[in-house]
Order: sequence, then structure tokens, then C-alpha cells
Amino acid sequence: MGALGQWLEQEGIATTQISLVREHTASIQPPRALWVPFILGRPLGVPGDAAFQRRVLLAALRLLEAASGPVLEDYPEDAPSTSSVEADGFACPVSFGRPVTEDGLSGALQREVAELAPWYDVARSRRRRTTVSLSGLAPAAAAKFIADFISDSATPSFREGLDVALALRLVTQDLKAYYLEAVAAQPGAQVALDASRWFWNDTAAGKAYLDLRESCLRSSDDAVRRFGARSLIPLAVAPRPSGIA
Amino acid sequence: MTRLADLGQWERELLLDMLEEIPGFGLHGRPWVAGPSLRQRRVAIVTTSGIHRASDAPYADGAAANDYRVIPGDVSADELVMSHLSSNFDRTGFQQDTNVVFPIDRMRELAAEGIIGSLADFHYAVMGAARVPGLEPTARRMAGMLKRDAVDAVLLTPV
Repeated sequence: MGALGQWLEQEGIATTQISLVREHTASIQPPRALWVPFILGRPLGVPGDAAFQRRVLLAALRLLEAASGPVLEDYPEDAPSTSSVEADGFACPVSFGRPVTEDGLSGALQREVAELAPWYDVARSRRRRTTVSLSGLAPAAAAKFIADFISDSATPSFREGLDVALALRLVTQDLKAYYLEAVAAQPGAQVALDASRWFWNDTAAGKAYLDLRESCLRSSDDAVRRFGARSLIPLAVAPRPSGIA
Repeated sequence: MTRLADLGQWERELLLDMLEEIPGFGLHGRPWVAGPSLRQRRVAIVTTSGIHRASDAPYADGAAANDYRVIPGDVSADELVMSHLSSNFDRTGFQQDTNVVFPIDRMRELAAEGIIGSLADFHYAVMGAARVPGLEPTARRMAGMLKRDAVDAVLLTPV
């Protein structure tokens, strides 16, 4: 992102930026940057905390008044813990457990989707929004497309004009968002990193995504193989398979 | 907590590998544009978070995603969704509150209080997983539009 700052500045527009990876910013040396000690995905630090966000934002904007640069300032305030392991040594209070057999995965996925529906409805109503809207498919239909693709990597896209790799990305992002929005509404809502661990370790969906990767890697479509290799499974969960650009 | 030492080995290696790509970005010099005080600035947000309105097309595959999305200044934060290619960052914060990625409501408050001069009519989003050198023409086109919007300061936010 620092490169964008350089190019915009070359075009005559002053820039300031929030940096999440200090090493990258220190190497690029954009004109003005505020490094923040928050997890990737949360440059303003804390969702739902306007006062915290405002302090971060003002610190970044104040760099526009620096006399000279490049400036790389470190933001001094940590965000509250995003993992109960860090906070109190307890994680993942909600668990579906994994399905026992491979044969039951598709069914287990549909059961999970149904079980989460009332919590998703609570979350949507409470937040007055949802990010589960990329594919246009309902969660059960998204889960079926994923299960179908696991069974047969030649499964066509669910919509004409939408290539399979993008279709897979949109349904997997939607379904994961459905799970994470729903679980956040449950009692004792899990903080960010716990919810991620729950999704990947304890749900049929997490297992389905790992199986989906294997199916993608068997595809004859380069874009699908690339999606499976690079974009489906976080590096915190599994390494990238080698040999796919 | 995004200190490399706190990340797992594979995440850390990916971020360190990216450092090796930086010399290939073709960056030259130390550009520096001075300007008036914050309260006289007209500010736009440019984000690499891969967000867009739910009604806009999602971002395509990373190899071809050197495009951008326009976010109108009067957008409701609740209209924005994210189709970023990467799965290597937290999305639960964004799901809960758009402002943790794209602080449009906070910026409106600062403008209303006179702490910044004004907010742009249009903001912009790209997807950070796009190949960085391919973003240069996009950035320069964006600069032209920002200037026509009388913008003289940009806040860049990552994800």
C-alpha cells in the first residue's frame, strides 16, 4: 500500500497511511505512515469503538502536518486482546465437533447451516447489516455448491457468465461470513481469533473447505487451482501447496 | 498484534517474501507534497481492503484485479462488503463495523467538527492482493480524479 502513497504523492497529492506490517512500510518508505499494533484486517483497531477509532485516525491525519519526511510513527495504544487464549487461557467454548465420516460431510454442513440460522438472524437484526451478499446464494445453496464441487471438480458455476474460480471464492467467503456473523451473536461471543479457530478446527465447514482445496487442486482450470492453492485456506491453518504459481 | 514475531511461520514467511518484491515496484525518489493545516484539507480515503458496495461487481482474480471501485461520499457504511482475494486476515471486525477498515463515519464526524476541512465526494478502493506494479496506472488515474474532486490529502487504509 505504501507504493500507492508514493505514486499519489508524485502526482501532487499529499498522503498519510495506516500501516499494519511495519517491515513493509519501513522498506517502501512512503511519505507518511502510522504503524498500528493491530491484527491484520483491523487497521482502525477496534470494531464498534468510535473513540478508539477516532484516536487512531487523528494520529494518522496529524502526520499530514509533519514538516518533513518520510515519517513512520508507531501508534502507542494496543487494541484489546483478539484471542481469549491471550486473555485468559480459554478458547472455543462453542463446538459442533467434526463429522465422523467423510460420507456425512455434505449432510453435516447442511445441518450446521440450519443450526446457525437463528443466530445469523439475530446478528443481522442486531447489526442491521450483513456481509453475506457476494454470491447471491442462500447459505444452504452455497453449502450445496461447495459439497457438489468436493464430489466433482468439474461442477459448473452456479451462474452463467460467472467463472468457476470466482464463483468458488464468492460462495466460500459468503458461507464463512455466515458462520462468523452467526457465532458472534451467540452468548459468550468469541473474539476474532477464537472464532477463526472454531471455524477451521471444529466445524464441518472447516473440514469441507480443506476438502474443497483438494478438489480445486484436481481441477483442469488454472484459476481454480490457483484459488485452491492460494486463497481458500489461511496460512495460519495450513501451508500453501507447492508447485502452483 | 501484527508483529511478525507473533505470527505463525507460514504467515511470517509470506510477509517476509513480499519484502523481496519491493525493489520491483519501480519506486523512485522521496516525493513530499506540503500543504495547509488539517482543518483546511479536503480528504479522501483510498483503501486496499477490497471493499465495494454490495451492488458493485466483486474483484476478479488477483492476477487481473488492477481495477478499482468508486465509493460515493454519501455511501452508508452498511452498504459495503468485501471480496478481497486473501483469506489471511480477520474479517470479523469488518463484519461487525465497517469503520474498523473504512472509517467513513469517523471522517464525517471530524469534518462536522471542523477538524478536517471537508470530505471528498468520492473515495476509492482497490484489492491489495493485486500485483503492486500493475496498480501504478490505476493510482495515477485515481490521482487525476482526486484532483478534479479538489482533494489535497488522502488517507490510505490497508486490511
